[in-house]
Amino acid sequence: MARLAALTGNNAAAEAIRQIKPDVFAAYPITPQTELAEEVAQFVADGILDTEYIPVESEHSSMSVCIGASLAGARAMTATASCGLAYMWELLPTTASLRSPVVMVVVNRAFNAPLNIHCSHDDSMGARDSGWVQLYSENAQEMYDNLIQAVKIAEDETIRLPVMVCMDGFIISHAVERLLLLEDEKVKNFLGEFKPVHSLLEVNNPVTIGACALPDYYTEHKKQHSEALRRSLDKIMEVANEYAKISGRSYSLFESYQLADAEYGIVIVNSAAGVTRTVVDKLRKEGVKAGLLKIRVYRPFPAAQIVQALKNLKVVAVLERTDSFGGVGSPVFTDISAAFMEAQTKEKPLMVNYIYGLGGRDVGLKDIGKVYANLQVINQKGKIEKSFAYLQARE
Amino acid sequence: MRKLQGWKDIPIGTAIIEAGSSVKYLTGEWRNARPEHNKDKCTNCLLCWIYCPDGAIIVEDSQVTGINYDYCKGCGICAAECPPKVKAITMVKNQN
Repeated sequence: MARLAALTGNNAAAEAIRQIKPDVFAAYPITPQTELAEEVAQFVADGILDTEYIPVESEHSSMSVCIGASLAGARAMTATASCGLAYMWELLPTTASLRSPVVMVVVNRAFNAPLNIHCSHDDSMGARDSGWVQLYSENAQEMYDNLIQAVKIAEDETIRLPVMVCMDGFIISHAVERLLLLEDEKVKNFLGEFKPVHSLLEVNNPVTIGACALPDYYTEHKKQHSEALRRSLDKIMEVANEYAKISGRSYSLFESYQLADAEYGIVIVNSAAGVTRTVVDKLRKEGVKAGLLKIRVYRPFPAAQIVQALKNLKVVAVLERTDSFGGVGSPVFTDISAAFMEAQTKEKPLMVNYIYGLGGRDVGLKDIGKVYANLQVINQKGKIEKSFAYLQARE
Repeated sequence: MRKLQGWKDIPIGTAIIEAGSSVKYLTGEWRNARPEHNKDKCTNCLLCWIYCPDGAIIVEDSQVTGINYDYCKGCGICAAECPPKVKAITMVKNQN
């Protein structure tokens, strides 16, 4: 029987890690991930979890350890946030192009300066081009479910890519929620054993991994990585369908909420989808055709599917908890814009980009209500006057 | 010219799955000047053999018999190290 539990997002991730049973867990504590790293350490110390826990001296080391362990044939995991992710940056594309199926929890936290320990998506959104699969989680249940699925996606022998599973710092990582946990045995059977393609420890079958490739071969390695990441979109859905069978919970590339006949849509990532859903329900009662698209898989970007889901809307706002300073818009906004350019659909919505919730600023019903009101004004005027704005910045 | 493999044919994750495969990598392609060895002038002091960073000086029975152009990168160290009174190795620039 599934177990009903009251856990924080960090607890939920730690519980998933206990059930996933990585051979190696190498992490350095950083707010707001600290509780997660502590809890996994506690499991190991208590003898509940048979994992080699390596308390590294930095995040650069934690990812280095994970790469080495993974290439040796171990299931390797880690967790970090904010500057911790920034500090392991050098290793992110390395992990991915070495095709090491490392799975990492990223507890989204703002980048300095000014120093801030609360939620922005600066860290993982900044790492979007590192060649990892990225999954985003609205709440503790989704973190738990995504993390288990992430291991299966990463270790699939046709994919072999690292996966980053993200949740909002404090808002989700530290808030207690009700969620359903699977039985240990079910998770074990779902994941099976990790079988490396090549192991550095196979002395009778020696291999070199991570050697130099000059201009004559570098392109082919990158093309191979790029194709694997694109291909993983189908695998992510396949794993989601398999997971639905054991958990009863269905996941897709993104969640469409009241989107089929919607005129006004918000695209959002992670926890703020909750408040947006509530506003959609309220507006629907008032006769406003509001809808929501919540990103779950951001890399690989499900461009064609998102275009299909949004093309018949009148006006869409892409809300993001990070800015791409000096860019055309924030990451998801520019991706969706490019997706429409690529798809060349006749129908496409007017689209605006609002930055919200930086450094943990609360986003409430009023804020989201204001966005849907703006979208209706834009529709009435038939044009966009200001396509990019900081939603909550005081003048 | 060696045949270059396509992205579908190379092992995943940058792996080199065959031990000692670097012998197949003919670095002589990099050369823009070739050393030419004059057997008549050579005193077989073997300084070129000692200094060659690529092991490209062919020696048989203590005699320099030629240069392995598969691996010689054309660095010119052999020509520079050959004693000035001997000058048995001269560098010849590639035509194109």
